[in-house]
Formats: sequence, C-alpha cells, structure tokens
Amino acid sequence: MFTLEITPGDLQAAQEHAAASYPEECCGFLIGRFNAATELTAVVRILPVSNERQESRHNRYLISPETVLAANKEARALGLDIVGYYHSHPDHPARPSEFDRDHAWPGLSYVIVSVEGGRVADTRSWRLSDDRERFEEEEIVSGAPAGFQKEAAR
Amino acid sequence: MSVTIQIPTPLRRFSGDQGDVVAEGTTVGEVMQDLTRRYPALQRHLYTDDGALRSFVNLFLNDEDVRHLQKEATPVNAGDTLSIIPSIAGGAGGTELPELSPAEIRHYSRHLIMPEVGTAGQRKLKAAKVLTVGAGGLGSPLGLYLAAAGVGTLGMVDFDVVDESNLHRQVLFGRSSVGRPKIQAATDRLRDLNPHIKIVPHELRLDSSNALELFRDYDIVVDGTDNFQTRYLVNDACVLLGKPNVYGSIFRFEGQVSIFWGARGPCYRCLFPEPPPPGLVPSCAEGGVLGVLPGIIGSLQANEVIKLIVGVGDPMIGRLLLFDALKMKFRELKLRKDPSCPICSEHPTQTGLIDYDQFCGVEPHAEEVEAAFEISAPQLKAWMDEGRPMTVLDVRNPQEWEICRVEGSMLIPLPELQDRLGEIDPASTIVTLCHSGMRSARAVNFLRQMGYSRAINLAGGIHAWSLQVDPSVPMY
Repeated sequence: MFTLEITPGDLQAAQEHAAASYPEECCGFLIGRFNAATELTAVVRILPVSNERQESRHNRYLISPETVLAANKEARALGLDIVGYYHSHPDHPARPSEFDRDHAWPGLSYVIVSVEGGRVADTRSWRLSDDRERFEEEEIVSGAPAGFQKEAAR
Repeated sequence: MSVTIQIPTPLRRFSGDQGDVVAEGTTVGEVMQDLTRRYPALQRHLYTDDGALRSFVNLFLNDEDVRHLQKEATPVNAGDTLSIIPSIAGGAGGTELPELSPAEIRHYSRHLIMPEVGTAGQRKLKAAKVLTVGAGGLGSPLGLYLAAAGVGTLGMVDFDVVDESNLHRQVLFGRSSVGRPKIQAATDRLRDLNPHIKIVPHELRLDSSNALELFRDYDIVVDGTDNFQTRYLVNDACVLLGKPNVYGSIFRFEGQVSIFWGARGPCYRCLFPEPPPPGLVPSCAEGGVLGVLPGIIGSLQANEVIKLIVGVGDPMIGRLLLFDALKMKFRELKLRKDPSCPICSEHPTQTGLIDYDQFCGVEPHAEEVEAAFEISAPQLKAWMDEGRPMTVLDVRNPQEWEICRVEGSMLIPLPELQDRLGEIDPASTIVTLCHSGMRSARAVNFLRQMGYSRAINLAGGIHAWSLQVDPSVPMY
C-alpha cells in the first residue's frame, strides 16, 4: 500500500496554487524521499513552478527539461529527490487523464488537485503501474505531527 | 564507444538500481538501443509502442539537448555522459486544438493575419463551445457574429416563433421566416453563413429542470434573455457550474453589458440581489425598444465572448458597461463581489436552482381571468350593434392609442387606473381592452376587487378585434 505523506502546510500551498491558477492548470514538484521498503513517499517541501505551456493552459501543463534539471539540482543540494509532481484539473475530477498516463513514469507520485469553479473540490495522489496500463491511487496522509514527518523523511 | 547514461531516480528500479549505466554505440540512438537491450524493462517507459522516443523524454548529451544537435543521430565520443530528463506534461483535457482546413483558412483569413488572434486563436475559437440563451434581439447579432467568427460549436435556446414585430431588430430573420420557429430559421441562416461550424438547436423553454444539464456541455453561456426569471436562472446555473455568463440587457434606448463569472469576479446577484417588483420594468413587448439597440449590445457581448476564448484584451469581469443611445454615452461602473452573495460567495446559502417565477414574484395566474368575465371580439361587436350601454375602457399606453383604437372607447393607461377610478361609472358594464388581453385582464381583476362587479375583459385585445371584427384597425 503506497502512501504519500505531506504536511498540511505544503498540501494547502499546492491547493492554493491550484485555486489561484484557475481556470488554468498549475504545476509543481514534490521534493522529498521515497522509501521502497515501506512504500512511503515523504514530501519534505513542494516547489511550485509556472506552467510553461503557451496555449491550452486550461487543460494542459508543461514543465521544461531545463526546469526539471534545476529542480533536481535544488533537491540534490538538500540531499533529497524529486519524488513526484502536482498539477490541477480545472473543472475536472482529480483523476489522471489518458494524456496524463501517456506522459508519466512509474515510481513517482502524481498529485492532482481538482478545482471546480475556482474552489478546490478534491485532491488525490496517483502512481503509474509498471506496465503503464493504469494509475493506482495512493493514500495521502497529512496532518501528522511534525516530528513524525521528519522521522519519516530521514 | 562507451558512454555513461544517467538514469532518473524513478526508473532505477528497471536498471538494476543503478544510477549510472554504461552503454556502447557511435550515436545517441545506438547507445539508447544498447541500454534497452541490457535493461528491457526500461523500453516501454522511454519509447512508445511504435519505437519512437516518448514526447516527454529528453536526452541531454553532456548537458546539451540532442534536439538542438542531430537528435538521435548525434555522434557520441568515449567518456560522454548522456542524461535522460523528463519534461513534465499532463492535464485534464483529452484532445489537442483542432486543425483548420484550407476552406476555413480562407474564411478566417482576416482573423489569422492579426497576431492577437492568429492560427492559435482561430483554433481556440474552433474548439470553443458557446451557448446563447435566446434567439431574439440580442441573439441575432450574437448568432451572426459568433458563427461568422468561427466558434466551433454554437448552441442556441429558444421556443418562440418569428413574428412580424420581431423584424425591426431581430436581423437573423427575414419576411420568409415569419411564423417559423426561431430556432429553425436561425439554424438555417447560420449554416448558410458558416458551414464549417456546428450549430446546435435547442428548441425548448429554459427552466430550472433543464438548465444545468444544458449548460454543462458549453464553455461560455451568453445571456440574451428578456425577462428577470430567466436572467437569474442563467446567472445561478453559470455560478453553480463555474462558467462565465456574458450578460447583456436592453430597455428602450439603454443597454448594459458585463461578464458575470462567480469563479473570478462578481455575479449578477452581487449587483442585483433582488429582482425589481413584477411589472415595474416592462419587457420589449410592453415598453418597446429601439431596433438598433440590441444590435449594439449583442455585438458588444459577441466581442467579449471572442476575447474570452482567444484570451486577449481585458474582459468585462467586474465591470458593468452602461450605454445610452440618445445621449450617445458609454459609462462604466466597477463591480465588487458581494462577500455575502447567496450563490457565488465563499459560503453560499443557495447550492441549487430554485423556482424563479416565485423568486421574481411573478404569479403565473395574475393575468388570467375567469372565463365568465371574458368576452370575445365578435360578441363585443354584437353588443355594440345592439346599442347596449357600456364603457369600453382601453388600458394601453397613449402611444399605442395613437396607432389604433376601438371606436367609442376611452383611454386610461393601466398605471393610472388606480388614481382615475372616479372617471368610471361603477354601475355600468365595463369592457377592458389592451393589445392582446394581458394588461386588461389585470385591470379586470383590479376593478372587480374595487367593487366594479360588471367589469369584463376583451379576450385577445385589440389584436383580436382587428383580426376578427375590423381589419381597418392596424395590427402592431
């Protein structure tokens, strides 16, 4: 059972980023550690970035490889990894689209914030199966005491 | 040539948990081929089933994107480092913007050559789905300009039939359309104007039971309605669905335009929390309207719709434009979102559609009288011929009286009736009349309440009189 652990503050920041970007999509990185043995992803911080799409921003987002390289460098400097991404679905459910599936890798958490009419309606996290056939939902755990969070991230 | 390939963290499970893998080849393509031969599980995450590199997978040779070099044919040297870097893409939508055919390019060429619209903007227009509520005065310029501009899916709702009195402003229709359902006549006209788009006719009366389902399929709703019940209904349904409502309204010589979008600014209810008392603001049919006015206001609405779709300029969100055709002045008011708005605020008290007749205080039976208190035009004629003593009371406006009247009738406009009751003999038979029998029905109900027990209504008004009794009385 995969689990994504994120502080209430980081979760709220991602949701606020999604609401503020409405009706366009927003996106950002989840920086932290993944523990394969416990199947636990601990998000230590989020890194909001701008949507680099020039058109169709209401239903598409893009982060260029250059931005990915820079984020990776930033994560590395903290001794962390990019463990996933978040993006928003304006007026769409928090489920990955076919387009999302074509553009994903396994081993990462894909958090989707559904924004209906400017208000956050739902937040879910997904992982792509190794055979690329489907996304499987993972549990988002938020609100654990800070000490516990740090322990998990270590 | 041995090249080191850096495997991104999430894919290391498929490369024996190694971050750096050595592979052989003389070009980037060959090295990658060697990599997937050694670690076949990597193949599907880097390449599509057709063998093409996935569009979000980028290869950097010594920190340079091979797309800027010779792509997969880029030669490699021993000791080079090849990094696999994803660009992160995704999103809710399933399809890309539609392409334009050569015929469409010819039709839209004057749009395409402007950088603010261009091919990208025209493709957005083609992908857009817009619904206009009403195919009347405002719906005419809206339909014509939005269809001409290439809005790919254009829905129209109306249930009415084209009447001669529509033609002075509803330029979608010509004489040959009189008597046809507006939706059918409009669809024919717009298909002739632009065969490249999809016109979706909805021949129905919009109400609380069908509005949400109907609006759901559209990106933008345009309000071209002529009554407060439908205006509040359109507003509320748009707020509930998070869709923009491009609003316009007209009255005699004045018009208003705004974009009400609860998700991004104020809604109609923030501006007008309560409807005016019923009967205070006359409709076009009752109060009249300058024919060109809906042309001006509807065109301004079409302009806002196109701007929203293309994503250029400053949309009228949070601004109300007031137009006075006699003074020839535009004024602009800044609108604020009402923090206690019952429907678009953070904590709405209304979360669904309501009964808008009730909300607007419209009693559905206010304009009905009992059959016993009605008289037909031929019967009134017979009474007159018999020389029966009676008062024929016309409650229309003086301008209507100027157009035509029934011989021997007296005029007291409905708004003055209460103050001028003394002019009517309570003992006599009173036959009230108006244009089509609605206002005079209200007058009969009022008179009977006041003790005028012999008041009766001319069913169908002077319209019926002209049709059935005296063709020399002009119809309007």
